[in-house]
Amino acid sequence: MANDLLTRLRTLTDSRIGLERAGGSLTTADWLALRAAHAAARDAIHAASGQPVIPPPVGYVRSRCQNRQQYLLRPDLGRRLADDAELPAGPFDVALVVADGLSPLAVSRHAAGLVGALRNSLAEAHLTVSPVIQVAQGRVAIGDEIGERLQARLTVVLIGERPGLSAADSLGVYLTYAPKAGRTDAERNCISNIRDGGLDIPLAARRTINLIEAALARQLTGVQLKESAHALKPAMAPALAGPLDRLPPRRDRLS
Amino acid sequence: MQPLKTLLAHASPLRSGDVLAGVAAETEQQRVRAQMALAEVPLTRFLSEVVVPYDDDEVTRLIIDSHDAPAFAPVRHLTVGGFRDWLLSPQANATALSALAPGLTPEMVAAVSKLMRVQDLVLVASKCRVVSKFRNTLGLAGRFATRIQPNHPTDDPRGILASTIDGLLLGAGDAVIGVNPVAEDVGSVSTILHLLDRFRAQYEIPTQICVLAHVTTQQRAMDAGAPVDLLFQSIGGTEALNRSFGISLKLLDEAWQQTLELKRGTVGDNVTYFETGQGSALSADAHHGVDQQTLEARAYAVARRYRPLLVNTVVGFIGPEYLYNGKQITRAGLEDHFCGKLLGLPMGCDVCFTNHAEADFDDLDTLLTLLAAAGCNFVMGVPGGDDTMLSYQSTSFHDALYVRQLLGLKPAPEFEEWLTREPEREWRMIS
Repeated sequence: MANDLLTRLRTLTDSRIGLERAGGSLTTADWLALRAAHAAARDAIHAASGQPVIPPPVGYVRSRCQNRQQYLLRPDLGRRLADDAELPAGPFDVALVVADGLSPLAVSRHAAGLVGALRNSLAEAHLTVSPVIQVAQGRVAIGDEIGERLQARLTVVLIGERPGLSAADSLGVYLTYAPKAGRTDAERNCISNIRDGGLDIPLAARRTINLIEAALARQLTGVQLKESAHALKPAMAPALAGPLDRLPPRRDRLS
Repeated sequence: MQPLKTLLAHASPLRSGDVLAGVAAETEQQRVRAQMALAEVPLTRFLSEVVVPYDDDEVTRLIIDSHDAPAFAPVRHLTVGGFRDWLLSPQANATALSALAPGLTPEMVAAVSKLMRVQDLVLVASKCRVVSKFRNTLGLAGRFATRIQPNHPTDDPRGILASTIDGLLLGAGDAVIGVNPVAEDVGSVSTILHLLDRFRAQYEIPTQICVLAHVTTQQRAMDAGAPVDLLFQSIGGTEALNRSFGISLKLLDEAWQQTLELKRGTVGDNVTYFETGQGSALSADAHHGVDQQTLEARAYAVARRYRPLLVNTVVGFIGPEYLYNGKQITRAGLEDHFCGKLLGLPMGCDVCFTNHAEADFDDLDTLLTLLAAAGCNFVMGVPGGDDTMLSYQSTSFHDALYVRQLLGLKPAPEFEEWLTREPEREWRMIS
């Protein structure tokens, strides 16, 4: 009876249910599949950071982290620009920032496409856009310092999200109105899970543009700025809710 | 003389969160000197010198005001080092340790844990016996329980039930069937509560249901008639951290009373489930310059007030800036289990890691095995060890079977009886 039941149950969730047993343990095939998924996530996190993937105009900068290990250990340094970072002169309506975050793989796969779509839409909306500032070893909040120095009204940070076992190449977008060092995560809006099989690039771009226009009109981002429901396909609504943390103040963990 | 706060921080075995906070010892020799100095500190000093000011912090007030002096009497004359030796002696048996628990403060147990190596943490914890009851009896000798954690990325009811049935078929779920919800609104939380309660009732499963939403959300759900077995909340070791969680002792008092009044337990009335984890205070900028392990132990003082069914230290979830690698995660998990047990709590552990920590399934197995040897009350059961909602790796139903085989451990007695009662039980998805 169990096999029929498990076959049916397996259609109801992507979780690893109905796994067979070797004694009480995972079978060889299931164990190696789990290991392979973890290996993909590990390789995504430790892929080379700051690779040139965006068409010009692009400026390249670094955070204060010297390497990946320091990035993982010192989130404070990943939120600050290196002393020698050079940025173009502002002002701009929108500062576009691309940071590897925890998945350089996500940036190399999806950032160029999303930047292209955003540049087109922002030009149509007659908004001025900064050259893309691509940051090696950067966290979300580094966009605050960059946006402040570019005299931007709003910063859009594209960043690689923490790889999970089901997807190692998920890109996130964070919007911060009136960026300056010291902004908190409660003052940002986030669009998550941009990848093949997740949120596709055209819809991600449309949602980002809608949020940018709403943020500039209302002069804020954060918990008070909600995405309008009609901007979303019904099927995408769940993607609005990113993975919840058990420990609420740790939302920056994703980056 | 160095303040206790500094001594405790310097004596703490190396972990990245204390370095990040700027409170760690700068060299290994400084660390051992601090441990030697800490070994000479009389336990009574912890009653007069607090690590977070009494006037500023209700957790400190709770610790000091609820201290049980008669229970403390058997070890009152000892130093921290002498306390370690006493704990390892045959005098410190299950009865003595149970009687001592209300006389110990979190800072005392944190201090002694810092002088202990892994074998000490395992051996002493294994002598503690903390039993809690709701619809079954957890924490008995020779028993090892699991939470089914049937999370789903969109809270889909059928997906949640599918993972739940998978866990039950593998003998998991005696600690709790507990869902981390994606949506935090009262309606969604109530929907999952009703779903799992009907399922539990239909199959007469002697276990408890919990949806791990914010305590106020669970209160509103109870107001609306939702079946809340266990009241859940994340808690921490300082008032400021708890404020960042949106809670206070007063709020927890009210929610606890409300849950008790439902009288849903059949064999006991331990109605709370708490989660904790080293590093949360620093991440909320609420650490007062105290090391993360001492603050974690202080969270257990909060838990203790509410006679919990389950306390779960989520040890590898927070990320490498707090616990960098398998070694640090392993040590932290054993410390938390030890400290909680000494303070009289029914400790379990989410043995887990994230993909950006320097840890893997071998590290998970090591900590799981050590905790089981230490008499840990329960661990998580996640399908295949891969939580597709929270995106991290924890222990699987199969991992629990490994432990039960290895050490001859069984589920809670009521649950074990249920598992064997009807071997050809026919599962139907409720509509």
